[in-house]
Amino acid sequence: MAETHSLQDMRQQAAVAAKVFIQRDYSNGTMCQFQTKFPSELETKIDKQQFEETIRTLNNLYAEAEKLGSQSFIEGCLACLTAYTVFLCMETHYEKVLKKIAKYIQEQNDKIYAPRGLLLTDPIERGLRVIEITIYEDRSFSR
Amino acid sequence: MKNCEYQQIDPRALSVSPLSAQNPAEKKVQRPRRKWEAFPGKNRFFCDGRLILARQNGVLPLTLGLIVVTSGLFFAFDCPFLVEHLTVCIPVIGGVLFLFVVASLLRTSFTDPGILPRATADEAADIERQIDTSGSSTYRPPPRTKEILINQQVVKLKYCFTCKMFRPPRTSHCSLCDNCVERFDHHCPWVGNCVGKRNYRYFYSFIISLSFLTSFIFACVITHITLRSQAKKGIVQAVQESPASVVELVICFFSIWSILGLSGFHTYLVASNLTTNEDIKGSWSGKRGAEESGNPYTYSNIITNCCATLCGPMPPSLIDRRGFLPPDEAIPAAAASEMELPPFTPKSDANMEENCQEFSLSCTA
Repeated sequence: MAETHSLQDMRQQAAVAAKVFIQRDYSNGTMCQFQTKFPSELETKIDKQQFEETIRTLNNLYAEAEKLGSQSFIEGCLACLTAYTVFLCMETHYEKVLKKIAKYIQEQNDKIYAPRGLLLTDPIERGLRVIEITIYEDRSFSR
Repeated sequence: MKNCEYQQIDPRALSVSPLSAQNPAEKKVQRPRRKWEAFPGKNRFFCDGRLILARQNGVLPLTLGLIVVTSGLFFAFDCPFLVEHLTVCIPVIGGVLFLFVVASLLRTSFTDPGILPRATADEAADIERQIDTSGSSTYRPPPRTKEILINQQVVKLKYCFTCKMFRPPRTSHCSLCDNCVERFDHHCPWVGNCVGKRNYRYFYSFIISLSFLTSFIFACVITHITLRSQAKKGIVQAVQESPASVVELVICFFSIWSILGLSGFHTYLVASNLTTNEDIKGSWSGKRGAEESGNPYTYSNIITNCCATLCGPMPPSLIDRRGFLPPDEAIPAAAASEMELPPFTPKSDANMEENCQEFSLSCTA
């Protein structure tokens, strides 16, 4: 059998042991950033470095989405001039980065978190409030 | 947990739904419901979840009506005279302004202002566990607040009992819409929606363009009546010939004061990166306490503040109106409500108080 476990298999067969919520970090304002503090429930499950790396990458991606740069300025002006009808045919910069984030999370889940019985939920599904990490019961199928 | 009786669905096959083996009672096929149909706030949705509006939108038709009627009268009665005597640019400019005003208004009204979805049951339980107020002797649980540091300044985050989460900074709960809205400015009855993070720029362009439009119509009507009275040697006769102009004058005269005032106020707010809510409450000014409390969100530069508020990146809607509800949630509400308490009813606060009261009474009895 393949080593990579499909997430659907895991969700159907495993029971949820606990859920950990990584809250938002507001120390720099209202920008979307998550706390990098390593939760105690994950100490036995995953390496601290790896976890912090994931969160840090996510924070950087969200910072890129919300960056006040020339691109967002041009997009804003163009939208204003066309009476905001341009968004009917064009995707915003933020939405493009959100797709990147979704892909990154999927990749992390497949490579790192699923083999350890964990599952990251994309924060956009929780209104960008928390990163939900589901801990599945340790069954022997992962050994 | 029993072994799955059904195979993983092969999307290519898509023959019989395997769930029918498990739930013989659910014989009737339920069309998949979208998330907006189960939305807990007081909002109305149109076009299958694409457009959102507050439930109480009584004045939006009035706003639209006033704008359309005034502009209509202007184009019908004043423009022909002015085109003849002045220039054809006048109706063109008027038309462009009118279209911009209506587009901004509709955009403001029908855009999700930045509603925060309510916390899931697991999240709420996790937060409750963390708060863990022990030994509270009063009936009413103390308002839960959390203090955090933003740019070296202490900001208090309040706990929202309806949405069951700590409100992010600058978020406020609108009681009319029963939603927490990010960067909440105010609930505008003229627009029929809250004004928040996602639609503030549309609201601002609406009031700015409306000030231009009303000033423009006002000026043109004055010019029209002046020219006509000069030609006919009498203002009364001029007015008799074009009574619609008086109607427009009256409407514009009264609107200009309020609209120009509002535009000026909001320009000040944009330049200092404040919301109406914060300004009214005096969150960052006024009380000269022990330390200087300035606005921690400002960039201390007017241009940057304006760019951030008006030309910043467009945040996505967080409530996913058009997504489909997962099949287990789409089960008829009667069955679901018997299994667990619906956590998002507005009466939950009252219930909680009653429960606390009963509990404390039973303890002391």
